[in-house]
Amino acid sequence: MAKELVKGNEAIAKAAIKAGCQCYFGYPITPQSEIGEYMGANLPKLGRVFITAESELASINMVIGAGTTGTKAMTSSSSCGIALMQEAFSAMCCAEVPGVIVSVMRGGPGLGNIAPAQGDYFQALKGGGNGDYKLIVLSPSNVQEAIDLTYRAFHLALKYRNPVMLLADGILGQMMEPAEFGEYPYKDPDVNEWALSGANNRPARNIVSLHMPEGEMEQRTNMLFEKYAAVAKNETTFEEYMLKDAKLVLTAFGTVGRVAKAVVDRAREAGMKVGLFRPITLFPFPDKNLHEVAKNADMILDLELNMGQMLLDVRSAVFGACPVEFYGRPAGGLLTPDMIFEKVQELYKKLDDKTKAGVI
Amino acid sequence: MGRIVIDRDVCKGCYLCIQACPKKLLKISSEPNLHGDFPAEFVDKNNECIGCAACAMNCPDVAIKEVYR
Amino acid sequence: METLVYKRPESLLKDGHFTFCPGCGHGVVLRMIAELIDEFNLQKDTIAISSVGCSIFLEKFFNLDVAGASHGRSTCVATGIKRCKPDKFVFTYQGDGDAATIGFNETIHTACRGEHITTVMINNTNFGMTGGQASATTLVGQVTTTTPMGRKAELTGYPLHAAEIVAKCDGTAYSARVAITDTKNIRKAKEALKKAFEIQMKGQGFAFVEVLAACPTNWHMKPAEAIEYMEKVTETVHPVGVFKDITKETI
Repeated sequence: MAKELVKGNEAIAKAAIKAGCQCYFGYPITPQSEIGEYMGANLPKLGRVFITAESELASINMVIGAGTTGTKAMTSSSSCGIALMQEAFSAMCCAEVPGVIVSVMRGGPGLGNIAPAQGDYFQALKGGGNGDYKLIVLSPSNVQEAIDLTYRAFHLALKYRNPVMLLADGILGQMMEPAEFGEYPYKDPDVNEWALSGANNRPARNIVSLHMPEGEMEQRTNMLFEKYAAVAKNETTFEEYMLKDAKLVLTAFGTVGRVAKAVVDRAREAGMKVGLFRPITLFPFPDKNLHEVAKNADMILDLELNMGQMLLDVRSAVFGACPVEFYGRPAGGLLTPDMIFEKVQELYKKLDDKTKAGVI
Repeated sequence: MGRIVIDRDVCKGCYLCIQACPKKLLKISSEPNLHGDFPAEFVDKNNECIGCAACAMNCPDVAIKEVYR
Repeated sequence: METLVYKRPESLLKDGHFTFCPGCGHGVVLRMIAELIDEFNLQKDTIAISSVGCSIFLEKFFNLDVAGASHGRSTCVATGIKRCKPDKFVFTYQGDGDAATIGFNETIHTACRGEHITTVMINNTNFGMTGGQASATTLVGQVTTTTPMGRKAELTGYPLHAAEIVAKCDGTAYSARVAITDTKNIRKAKEALKKAFEIQMKGQGFAFVEVLAACPTNWHMKPAEAIEYMEKVTETVHPVGVFKDITKETI
């Protein structure tokens, strides 16, 4: 199939439809409103469900309803809207309800601004909802990857009966570039084993998140974490670029990863041994793989459009194998190739000085 | 002529059935049930029950599980 | 030869005995819902949505598929289910804390969208499960654990009248308030629930039944006193009635 010029938000919406998404429930918020607009224009034509809900609380709970019947459903929102959905994410994980959430990050905290940012890494990975739970979080760095990961999000949601978040940012959402849709490449599992459909010639089923009897919730949480361990074992993905001899390794996710990749090329041209490690699944985080990379590197520079959020996971993965530096800008401040290159030069010089001095 | 069947261990002793019975055929048992509640008891020595099921309709616990007429 | 004129509904689980306090109105309503599911032969095609509060444990009582919703979001979950499975019978079972307080926005919008679902809201004018705090429907003057001197309008405003407001929504096909105070009114309540079932089965719009029910424990009354209080006090603030019934309206 030929490539077409497509905007990030529209690519995600179109890929969702091709993935078999039967329902979209959402509430408008910049910078992702094109997803809802595309769905509103196209889903009804296909006889599928589109509702502009009364709030993000309502939209994610409609996704839950659809999910309990084993139907592919999604919502999309941005920072403050995603904040309102956190209770439902926790409930979905507990009750094992599949669903896809697209989070197109804007600047924060608060209402913040509508500029691109990556300040919702913690929101997606560490937080908000109550209790021990994990969203599967996928992080695309370009429009093609947004399409591929949208397909994967729908598949993983059903495969693991867990909410899956596609964590994009305003740059990706608003950016146009050529990409290819192809066909939905996955074979999804049969949902009839567990989905609600009426207790017809079978025992009644329930999909609930309240487990009061002593020990029941502990047992359930342990079961969920066994599942998360399987997700980590089977689904961890990341991009490695020019790592073989890299002394300085850049880590970045999403669109920053793409800028960093360009900087690696430039640094190599300038004779610096620089590489890139870009997690594609943020949960599961490729911690073991990053640790191996860190063992062979002299330094890691973590780049993010925030004050240092993935940084915690990077440090935890590196676990002292090499020093970790951070360079970031929050709330709409962008990291340009020039800015990153300058930082790389500065750090690389320090490494060279240390090498000359025999420290490393 | 009617008759009711009370699941005495399900009865929590709210006695709304006593109030509902038009023939006043329900009373408080002197024997506690499994949970220590004194359940409602059906006493119909003169076969007055008309099987109207008012007791069952008012019972919040479906403790009156069958009504015959 | 005697005939069985009443028995425990089939769509209640055999050992699914209610765990409510003595004299609580929930059991009466759940029993009537189970009876209607039996009468309409809906057991195989029903998906029930539980909510948060004393209305939560549906799966422990019903032999039905049950989806649990977060506090106030039952009608959203129901919307998602019904839109995906329009041939299923979908009802939510909520309290006044859930449907009229934290989730009233969802209730109203579900009504405005005219979703083909049935919502049963138990109104006992307090948060029962958490120990009797004031809710949106608490009467002025009513003593609760958060209004120990009685609800004062100048401090916390006035009770919300859910059935009347829902009736104002264009997507609502049926909205009624009933009170389960005695045999006659329990029969009327069942008629209203039956109507709300039929409305959904005919795809006529959103059906809402608010049921005034006693909460003897948190009202600090004996069950019979609580019923009397409902008749004499609660009903004067939350009057029973059918506020909308499109099947009765003429064009």
